Amino acid sequence: MAEAQVVESGGTSGTSGAVDTRTIGAPVLAVENIVVKFGGVTAINDVSFDVRKGEIRAIIGPNGAGKSSMLNVLNGFYKPRSGQIKFAGKTFPSMDPYYAASNGIARTFQNIALFRGMSTLDNLMTGRLLKMKSNFFWQCLYFGPAQKEELENRAHVERVIDFLEIQPIRRTPVGRLPYGLQKRVELGRALAMDPDILLLDEPMAGMNVEEKEDMSRFIMDVNEEFGTTVILIEHDMGVVMDLSDRVVVLDYGSKIADGTPDEVRANQNVIDAYLGVSHD
Amino acid sequence: MLYRETGQFKRNYAADQQLFPIFQDKILLAAILVVALAIIPFAINDYWSKAILLPFMVYALVALGLNILVGYCGQISLGTGGFMAVGAYSSYKLCTAFPELNLIFVILFSGGCTAAVGVLFGLPSLRIKGFYLAVATLAAQFFLIWMFNKVPWFYNYEMSQITAPPREVFGFLVSGPQAEPAAQYLFVLGFIIVFTWVALNLVRGRIGRSWMSIRDMDIAAELLGIRPLQTKLLAFAVSSFYIGMGGAIIFHIWLGTVEATEAFDILQSFFVLFAIIIGGLGSVLGSFLGAAFMALMPVGLKVVLVDWIGMVPVTAKHIEFMLVGSLIIFFLIKEPHGLARMWQITKEKLRLWPFPY
Amino acid sequence: MEFIYALLVQPFVDMYLDPLIFIETVIKGLMAGVLYSLVALGFVLIFKASGVFNFAQGVMALFAALTLTGIMEYMPDGLPKWLTVIAALGITVVIMILLAVIIERVVLRPLVNQELIILFMATLGLSYVLEGAGDLMWGSDVKVLDIGLPTDIWDIGGVYVEQLDVTAAIAAGSLVAVLAIFFTKTRIGRALRAVADDHQAALSVGISLQQIWVIVWSVAGIVALVAGIMWGSKSGVQFSLSLIALKALPVLILGGFTSIPGAIIGGLIIGLGEKVVEVFWYSVHGGAVENWFAFMLALAFLMFRPQGLFGDKIIERV
Repeated sequence: MAEAQVVESGGTSGTSGAVDTRTIGAPVLAVENIVVKFGGVTAINDVSFDVRKGEIRAIIGPNGAGKSSMLNVLNGFYKPRSGQIKFAGKTFPSMDPYYAASNGIARTFQNIALFRGMSTLDNLMTGRLLKMKSNFFWQCLYFGPAQKEELENRAHVERVIDFLEIQPIRRTPVGRLPYGLQKRVELGRALAMDPDILLLDEPMAGMNVEEKEDMSRFIMDVNEEFGTTVILIEHDMGVVMDLSDRVVVLDYGSKIADGTPDEVRANQNVIDAYLGVSHD
Repeated sequence: MLYRETGQFKRNYAADQQLFPIFQDKILLAAILVVALAIIPFAINDYWSKAILLPFMVYALVALGLNILVGYCGQISLGTGGFMAVGAYSSYKLCTAFPELNLIFVILFSGGCTAAVGVLFGLPSLRIKGFYLAVATLAAQFFLIWMFNKVPWFYNYEMSQITAPPREVFGFLVSGPQAEPAAQYLFVLGFIIVFTWVALNLVRGRIGRSWMSIRDMDIAAELLGIRPLQTKLLAFAVSSFYIGMGGAIIFHIWLGTVEATEAFDILQSFFVLFAIIIGGLGSVLGSFLGAAFMALMPVGLKVVLVDWIGMVPVTAKHIEFMLVGSLIIFFLIKEPHGLARMWQITKEKLRLWPFPY
Repeated sequence: MEFIYALLVQPFVDMYLDPLIFIETVIKGLMAGVLYSLVALGFVLIFKASGVFNFAQGVMALFAALTLTGIMEYMPDGLPKWLTVIAALGITVVIMILLAVIIERVVLRPLVNQELIILFMATLGLSYVLEGAGDLMWGSDVKVLDIGLPTDIWDIGGVYVEQLDVTAAIAAGSLVAVLAIFFTKTRIGRALRAVADDHQAALSVGISLQQIWVIVWSVAGIVALVAGIMWGSKSGVQFSLSLIALKALPVLILGGFTSIPGAIIGGLIIGLGEKVVEVFWYSVHGGAVENWFAFMLALAFLMFRPQGLFGDKIIERV
């Protein structure tokens, strides 16, 4: 797969290093000195990094390093103890989930968080909820603006369904789908939101090689075709090194490395964290 | 064989998103409406109206309301009886304070009052879920019933038992002891048809999806930008609106005289909850099937056990209790989606019947 | 103005002027609280071991009391009183254990791994079955339960204390002590706590879930029997007992669903609170606040501390 995806990104911010059809722009999202604690346990300790427009940014690290917590901070589910988040030109002490969602941050979850009682189509339609504005009265009648926006959004969702090649399972309740397809539907729900930034929490966990290749292809296509910025947590190092432009490495809640895949691969701290280091 | 959608193609999304996209369903619905509107009104008598049709229709409306909250939004409530009482007493206050007001508006406004009370007691749902919320709604049940029994303003400083004054709608007497069964039946049927249609519209659109997303996985819903409190409170409001209208109709049309501690006690809350479990959580059709089952089963049991076998009514009541309880457990184990799901499975089988493949 | 006075001043003046009545109210409230705690204790046991919120616990108390009185009626006449009581108690305990076995077989086993809210609704159904069955077998008229507990009233310096209440308190205290030892010191107790923490993990180390559930429901049944005896001796065995037992739910919310001391203290707070409010704030509410006071208190409490006084803090994860 894509060795050619590595993008020159060490330069000053704002540099447009164009490879293929992609453009990497200025930072769109940045965290500074984030600290997250649960009781006495420090989950994230003073972590800063930024994400540039259009890039695929990976967060890696051993289990319990604070990766998922970091995503939870980014879309507002966890409130950091201290530090700040810069997003859309503003600075926040913590993110509000509603603000994040309505300003184009979508995500998938490590343990699938689909709405199990609903069909694939309805799950994807929930991704459009923020785009639907017709008032309660019209909703009651299912007429006029309510019906119009329902159909428009249905058309949009159908495009996502085509893109992800899940047409046959449109009407199937997602609880009955196999794991790999559920992951794909979850990506679909996030894509239905038309996100600028896509947070993917282990999108390939538990998949076989074929499913992983499919998923990688979808992620790359989303990134290339729509210019969506992707922040990705993944354990499969092959996938991470192939897909991502830059990588943040967390260990025990602290950042130990940040750079291109090659830089990170050569970093002594990273090697120590993954392979262990003798303490004598 | 009979029930096949082969050859029925949908050319646009509007056609695909109809309420009844399959031709055979349309025929069935039309047949039901013809029977309900054109045949029953001429055949109805007092027994059929008071013992069978009115209870079924009223509980269908209430069950529909509770199903919106429990089945669609996933917020369990044991306060249904209390909310029905709010509907009944606010309709009493409204129609005694404004004797000229049409009963249709009295019932709609009572639904509105109940919606406000429902929102108030729905506020804790932001912090608590599941059976914690169930206990919180018990507070509504006990407090509201106590209030209607203790505060004389609610029963106009007379006896704590309230009686519905006679009222005409479009020239027909629908409440009071002299009311015509057919007029009462059609009056309630009008409410049922309109508000079933509204409920169907709500649950298949944006609002319904946001309720179901809260029910299925509230955290994910929040991160999709759904505001949990507003969504839940809207469910409480709509649900209580239906339940309040049901309470008002019980008072004005069905019973005519109610006493809060008897007509709307906690057993009513269980009764309606059981109706939606048996009928099917998260299904409009299920609300009707469950209400039919719960309203008609006691009648049927009474006919069989008391009239035929000659059992003492109290014993028959105990058997009814055991039967209802066992059925609840049975449905939860065998078919958690209730009668509505059984109907759906039957329909799927009918697509092939009588051929095995 | 008058209302505010009645709400904020008058009750405290009354308490000051008539301390004997105040003390008596407090004692009455605490004793009612003990009875709530007894029912709540059964809830906590089952919740700890299976995560099931057993709505039928109150009806189990009613069922046990009905069974006990029913059996005592059918005992042969010639026997001495103590023998009748002991034999009837023995048979009732056996019936409660049988009931636990049946519940496990018919209700819990088919529903294993279902969502907890489904199990909760199943116990709602169970409460209907038990109520119907109890009434069907033993009749639904109010019964007097007399197993020879002392019913005299002590006069301690002008304060009247019912001996029955004291007995209930002692019974509750010893039950808690026995349960505490059972949970911490015995092998089964350890298995119970393991199951409570994680069903799957407990299964994987060879603990039989079915066996544990039968034990827990049996113990809860016996606790229900004790509660039923105390309540039945005090105010007769009747249907309203199962409704009063619903007050164990707010008790749990106050105390936390997983804490045995929480159940006791929550019960005492609620019993005390409702009696004092009923007696001293009578002019404000006009009576019968006992119907809802406990639930409203729990509701207010939930807004500020959803996990209860002693419960574990709830952390949500994605």
